[in-house]
Amino acid sequence: MKWARIAAIVLLAVISIACLGAELFAPASYAHQFRDVPDAAPSRQHVLGTDALGRDRFSRVLYGTRVSLLLAPSAALLSSLLAAFIGGTAGFIGGWLERCVMAATDLFLSLPWLFLLITVRALLPLNVAPMTSVMITFALLGCLGWAAAARVVCADARSLAQSDFVLLARASGNGGLRLLWRHIFPNLKTVLYAQFWISIPVFILTEANLGILGLGVAEPLPSWGSLLRELESFSSFSAQPWQFVPLVLLIVVVSCFHLALSREEFSV
Amino acid sequence: MHRLARQVAKISIILLLGGFLGATLVRFAPGFGVDEEDLDHRLNQQSMQALRESRASESLGAFYFHYLTRILHGDLGTSRTLQQPVRKLLAERIPETLKSVALGLTLGWTLGLALAIAAVMSRNWCVDLFGSLLAGALLCLPAAALAILFVIARAPGQLVLGLIVFPKIFRYARNLLAHSAALPHVLTARAKGVGSVRVFLWHILPVSAPQLLALAGVSVSMAFAAAIPVEALCDLPGIGQLAWKAALGRDLELLVTLTMIVTAVTLVANSASDLAGSSLRTREA
Repeated sequence: MKWARIAAIVLLAVISIACLGAELFAPASYAHQFRDVPDAAPSRQHVLGTDALGRDRFSRVLYGTRVSLLLAPSAALLSSLLAAFIGGTAGFIGGWLERCVMAATDLFLSLPWLFLLITVRALLPLNVAPMTSVMITFALLGCLGWAAAARVVCADARSLAQSDFVLLARASGNGGLRLLWRHIFPNLKTVLYAQFWISIPVFILTEANLGILGLGVAEPLPSWGSLLRELESFSSFSAQPWQFVPLVLLIVVVSCFHLALSREEFSV
Repeated sequence: MHRLARQVAKISIILLLGGFLGATLVRFAPGFGVDEEDLDHRLNQQSMQALRESRASESLGAFYFHYLTRILHGDLGTSRTLQQPVRKLLAERIPETLKSVALGLTLGWTLGLALAIAAVMSRNWCVDLFGSLLAGALLCLPAAALAILFVIARAPGQLVLGLIVFPKIFRYARNLLAHSAALPHVLTARAKGVGSVRVFLWHILPVSAPQLLALAGVSVSMAFAAAIPVEALCDLPGIGQLAWKAALGRDLELLVTLTMIVTAVTLVANSASDLAGSSLRTREA
């Protein structure tokens, strides 16, 4: 499986470079409307045709991929940091703090993820600027996705706190903060790294779900969710097959993330 | 009995805390305190201001107490977007969701468990590869995109829930059964010439049953979460579609009630699977 992992990482790198350089590769801005050619088929000017508003679909796919590929890791980073701080501190200190944190994670894990997400999303104004909606969507994902990771981190921090080297460091006169900062957090890196990578495809898929339901990133800024929303008006698979490119790209990217993770990290 | 009482207490505390969280969301939502009276042109500016202040002056604690008392009396309020009592809406839509979830779970479990058993017992790499590829492909698809594909293909939307649950069931069950199949007592039974069916039913399944029961509880919550995009896009009139409409209409009170109901169902399913799993373990011991 090593070759598949390498191929997945290379493919992810190629897609990331292409979307980061969207200004160079895209023939037009994601919001530019070619009003004379709405719903156009693929041509030399528009490789993937245009949407109902005459916007170049290839450009929108590039910019949309950039939004999802940049912000899903940011949300994963936020949730991993929250999990490290909350779970790590609770596992290290133990006692009533650990019990409270575990009760809070139980509460968060019991609340259905998508119901909670759309409830919190509905709390916020719907007529926000596109850039704000991107930030809100991914910040919400990051803030609500910490619970499962915190539980794993807490268990790991608890076993580290009882380990011999921490006992030795404590006996050498190291205080709680120093122990946490110098001995516990650095040893949580592996589990946090795994949690970070596992969260990215989950957040990409959740954003896509929210986007399709109209609760994700606001127009005209594209994201995979808003690009897939176009499929709602589709009547058959054969009519305009190029409209499925965002879906295929999403499947490829998420598969690449799954393949790039080692089997041990990803196993249930 | 003691375990059951603990589970009931745990569910009650989580629901109370969840309710408090929900009430806090509703109380501090930007639209809180806005009512139809605000559109009454007969009221002058001072009257409207007084009405708004009277509605907004309620503290969070008092608001939650009233909210809880109302719910305990069976009054779930009125949906702002659909202009109907929430109780009536739920009575109409819960059976539809339960039907979809039950069908989806049956399909997902049948397909996932059958493929996992076939992959482990046949020890055929083709079956294992087929199951892994199918599960892998379905894991990469958002539930909403799968629902759209089913709409385009004019296939019944209820089946989508089965395909969303299937990959998790297959992966977990396959790993679990493979682990159990490699245990020394199973190898001894095989070496003594015990048939495959007997090995599976007598030696592999009892070891894996508690964890599979735990997975059953988790799969209920997965199916309910996936019901939102599936019901919204496949036009199935269940509570998932209701939640989506409530979110678009910023009907927070309805959304919070729905979240609490699904939380209660999830907690009961998880607790039931926990209790069943632990009673199995006790019987085995």
